[in-house]
Amino acid sequence: MLAYAIRRLGQSLFVLVLMSFLVFIGVFAIGDPIELLVNPQADEVERIRATAALGLDKTFLEQYWVFLKGAASGDLGKSFVYNVPALSLILQKLPATIELAFVAMVMAIFLGIPLGLVAGLKPDSLVGRGIMAGSILGFSLPTFWVGLVLIMVFSVNLGWLPSNGRGETTLVAGIPVSFLTLDGLAHIAMPAVNLALFKLSLLIRLTRAGTREAVLQDYVKFARAKGLTQGRVIGVHVLKNILIPIVTVIGLELGSVIAFAIVTESIFAWPGTGKLLIDSINQLDRPVIVAYLLVIVTLFIVINFVVDVLYSMLDPRVRLGGAAAAH
Amino acid sequence: MSGPPLLQVDGLRMHFFTKAGVVKAVDDVSFSVGRGEILGLVGESGSGKSMTGYSIIGLVDPPGRIVEGRIVFDGTDLTRLDAAAWRGVRGSRIAMIFQDPMMTLNPVLRIDTQIVEAVQAHADVSRESALARAREALVRVGIASPDERLRAYPHQFSGGMRQRVAIAIALVNGPDLIIADEPTTALDVTIQGQILFEMQKVCRESGTALIWITHDLSVVAGLADEVCVMYAGRFVESGPVADILDRPLHPYSRGLIDSVPSRNARGRPLRQIPGMTPSLLSLGPGCPFRDRCTSATARCAESPSVTEPSPGRRLRCFHPNA
Repeated sequence: MLAYAIRRLGQSLFVLVLMSFLVFIGVFAIGDPIELLVNPQADEVERIRATAALGLDKTFLEQYWVFLKGAASGDLGKSFVYNVPALSLILQKLPATIELAFVAMVMAIFLGIPLGLVAGLKPDSLVGRGIMAGSILGFSLPTFWVGLVLIMVFSVNLGWLPSNGRGETTLVAGIPVSFLTLDGLAHIAMPAVNLALFKLSLLIRLTRAGTREAVLQDYVKFARAKGLTQGRVIGVHVLKNILIPIVTVIGLELGSVIAFAIVTESIFAWPGTGKLLIDSINQLDRPVIVAYLLVIVTLFIVINFVVDVLYSMLDPRVRLGGAAAAH
Repeated sequence: MSGPPLLQVDGLRMHFFTKAGVVKAVDDVSFSVGRGEILGLVGESGSGKSMTGYSIIGLVDPPGRIVEGRIVFDGTDLTRLDAAAWRGVRGSRIAMIFQDPMMTLNPVLRIDTQIVEAVQAHADVSRESALARAREALVRVGIASPDERLRAYPHQFSGGMRQRVAIAIALVNGPDLIIADEPTTALDVTIQGQILFEMQKVCRESGTALIWITHDLSVVAGLADEVCVMYAGRFVESGPVADILDRPLHPYSRGLIDSVPSRNARGRPLRQIPGMTPSLLSLGPGCPFRDRCTSATARCAESPSVTEPSPGRRLRCFHPNA
């Protein structure tokens, strides 16, 4: 287990370095941020002074080397625009995004798995077909459109829910969260539903497919032959088997929900990292872009590691570190 | 034998209502099993023998349905039970073992969980006493060091070992009847012999009746008391095992027995039954075997009724072998 963790850490560092290099090239190719940062009326001397202050007078490789040295000591550079450390800028916005992502994911899990089970157990019933039809809509309707319709219906026409912002927040361990106050809940409801819709449909389909396959297995028939209740056959024998792929997908999707909450955050003006990233790309604020992607990739790596550990707990045939099971 | 039999299957019909039509998987099958008796239910693939087994334990899934007949088990007609009452019978009074031991145990649950849940589904006992029963059942099927085995997962066991565990699960509540659906087909011959021996011993000791579903007559020869032969979902003939093997009356039973390689026929080509089993979808009236039968006449286009040519033997044929 320890050797496995160390090996994973090494691979992860490699991924981080490679990713940062690619982002560097990408942002470098888009254009020179100086054009956007310096007042157009500024003279040549002022321009050169600003370029040197941001380190942009160095060659590409030199700039990357400076970044790497800083990153090794935890310094990901200062934002060109705000002139504060890029990392702290992101960490300041990250809790809002993570909260939104978690609420969306919890919705998707606690609705998606039961609905998928129902659809899988009664595939030909009206309810089963209805669930599947709904999941097709969830899959195919574009996120931004659903978001706009939600705002139109619940904010404009009915006036039930606020259309933007986080609302009232409370501090939990020094981090502001919305979901503990009524006002905060009202604010998070629509963006979370909007973000959850696609994942909900995905989980419904995944659970349904797994269930339909599992109920035909001999072990399910054998479990029924033991005289177990339907609840135990479904809740233990079927569910534990289908959870293996579901947990994997949930892990991957949690990362992508955090990373790609951008559209939802833009529509509902949710003050998270997605909005920050869009702004930073518009202003070619390279340190913030790089730091953001590093943070997201790190999140992905951590989530994947947790999923692998969970996986080995769910499926006894999987043992981390490649040690063969004893026969 | 005194008193009514433990299980009396009477004119059982189980049909699948598919989009392509009605599949008569089990069509008028009758037999009985006495307490502690071993019945061999014999037939080819698709003869309806497994479906008969599933009907008896109430595990027929839609679109399949029992349309007619009675399954009287210890005085109760099982076909009239509701879901809750069925559950009380399954696993406690009637147990079942399946063909492929690699598939019957749940791969993600430990052996102790899988046995304890079977005990606790029928008896309100603590986990400790359920575990004690589990341990006892494992020892009975010849598993050494049961404590260690209980904490293992199925993938850590060999096929024969898994089938022993499945048998232990079937035995753990002391059922009156076990339905074994070809439980040795997927195993090595040596393991097959061991399982057969173990099964026979355990059933004799505990007075458990056994329905052994198989296509393998050589297995039945050494194991069963009675044999019931099925073909295309229908009853063919039944009787004591020695009688049927020595003097099969139905041409189909004769063909089955001749298809088994034997020492006496060394060097000679094996006899075989020509043709193949008919599709159950398009099966009309009359004897389903007549197209493959050398004794068939025009009369066989009608369905023969069941006769009793000698005490203890039942037959459905117009032209029995002499």
